[in-house]
Amino acid sequence: MTTPTPSPAAATGRRARILAVTSGKGGVGKTFVSANLAAALARRGERVLVLDADLGLANLDVVLNLFPKITLHDVFTGKATLEDAILPAPGGFSVLLAGSGLVEYSRLTSEVREQLLKIIETVAPRYDRILLDTGAGISDVVLFAVSLATEVLVVATPEPTSLTDAYATIKVLATQQQRSAISLVVNQISRAGEGRVIRGQLQQVVDRFVSPSLPEGSAPVKLELLGEIPTDTAVREAVQKRQLLLESLPGSEAAKGIVAIAAKLATP
Amino acid sequence: MAGIHVSNRVRTRRRALLDWLAALLFPPVTRPPAPTEPSQLKLGAALQLLTQSGHPLPDLNQVGSAVWLQAVIDALCDLSSRDPLTGLGNRRQFELALAREVDRVARAGEPALVLMCDIDRFKSVNDTHGHAAGDLVIQSVAQSLMECVRPMDTVSRFGGEEFAIILPNCPPAFGQTVAERIRRKVEQREVTIGINETLNVTISLGGAFAPQWVRSSATLWIERADQQLYRAKTEGRNRACLEMPPVSLVSAEEKGMLFGHSQFQDFE
Repeated sequence: MTTPTPSPAAATGRRARILAVTSGKGGVGKTFVSANLAAALARRGERVLVLDADLGLANLDVVLNLFPKITLHDVFTGKATLEDAILPAPGGFSVLLAGSGLVEYSRLTSEVREQLLKIIETVAPRYDRILLDTGAGISDVVLFAVSLATEVLVVATPEPTSLTDAYATIKVLATQQQRSAISLVVNQISRAGEGRVIRGQLQQVVDRFVSPSLPEGSAPVKLELLGEIPTDTAVREAVQKRQLLLESLPGSEAAKGIVAIAAKLATP
Repeated sequence: MAGIHVSNRVRTRRRALLDWLAALLFPPVTRPPAPTEPSQLKLGAALQLLTQSGHPLPDLNQVGSAVWLQAVIDALCDLSSRDPLTGLGNRRQFELALAREVDRVARAGEPALVLMCDIDRFKSVNDTHGHAAGDLVIQSVAQSLMECVRPMDTVSRFGGEEFAIILPNCPPAFGQTVAERIRRKVEQREVTIGINETLNVTISLGGAFAPQWVRSSATLWIERADQQLYRAKTEGRNRACLEMPPVSLVSAEEKGMLFGHSQFQDFE
């Protein structure tokens, strides 16, 4: 797939829905979810772009087995055009990779801020959806990337540290960015329904501690469970082969979980 | 069968033709002989360095082999990352270890502490008792530091009378205790600098934790620990000052509620 040409969406002035994918703790499968969710959305006919908003520290290139010659870094430094840096990914979507040279940008300067903003403004009319694969933690780069998104998705696992960090992320997003709707995907569950229980648990603490602390008149924070992804050996297999789960093992339980999340995202 | 026979013959002929063409176009390169003879390598200075430093020399029965060369290189690497006086890692090794720790903390979100330690009034030791005594003091302090830390911690001689310690996975609540233990150990140890001549020295310590949510850089981290060291010095020396750890985003009460009830009670 090449870069989509301007389409009816652009003509009618529509722009992509921007979804930031984030997590408190690293290693919970955030990039895995971003890449496979993009493939699932592309299958539904959406034009999808995944942007490495971790500025070179994300593993998107590793997950997708891509070795880009031109990256966001070259766009930032004026060595290449944005069009040259947008690559077709195996799952039928496009990616914009930061390249490891961007590590020096991991502290957010106003210049980086403007560049990112400009890039998103440019690509937004050309796609139906943009996924921002942000870094782990709540660095200023991550928070800025999330602030550019219309929707935010927090990926967590049932592991206690991941839950604590997911809660901390939700708290920061609610208090610093006034987000009242936050989506949740629970990865690596061991029993069906575990995601629902975890959402309930997080919601309870949010209701008790976060929503009451917001300025008067703020809407209470609501967590929506977009879906759950079971622990599945197929995931490890796909990751080791550096292939998308949706491409190599589409029949696996984890792949079905991702397809269901894409369906829920596509039909709000 | 005949078909296979013919096609095999054609293939053989084609292969011969291709080989001939290849030989014509790309004549075999005459490679220099492998450096098996140690006389061809100028290793005199390297081996002299190793001998002088008391490093065990690689197996002399294998002189010139790849294994032997590797052993020489390994020994030189070890030599160039160590401080000859104390046997601790030197500043080069410390900076490498710290950069690794920054990456690890950014990913895992574990708390990690850097301590900068400086021997108090070291110049007067040198001036009063001579440089040989100064060396003994440095060795003694190095020994004390080594005795106070876990095997996973990195103790380095940062330079002069200054030492640096990296403590991975060190909870903020323990930081002051660890620093205090080190301070006391040094204070209590008598340094023998001559027959019936002992000396007591003290150190000042400054410590900073890696920021859990903001990706740090090695330079910034050292700078913050250094500021605390400066504070310890100005507040009267022989003390440990640690940067106040950032207030956790998630209070104990919130954690209690998040994990207090069995979140999987629906399933039990």
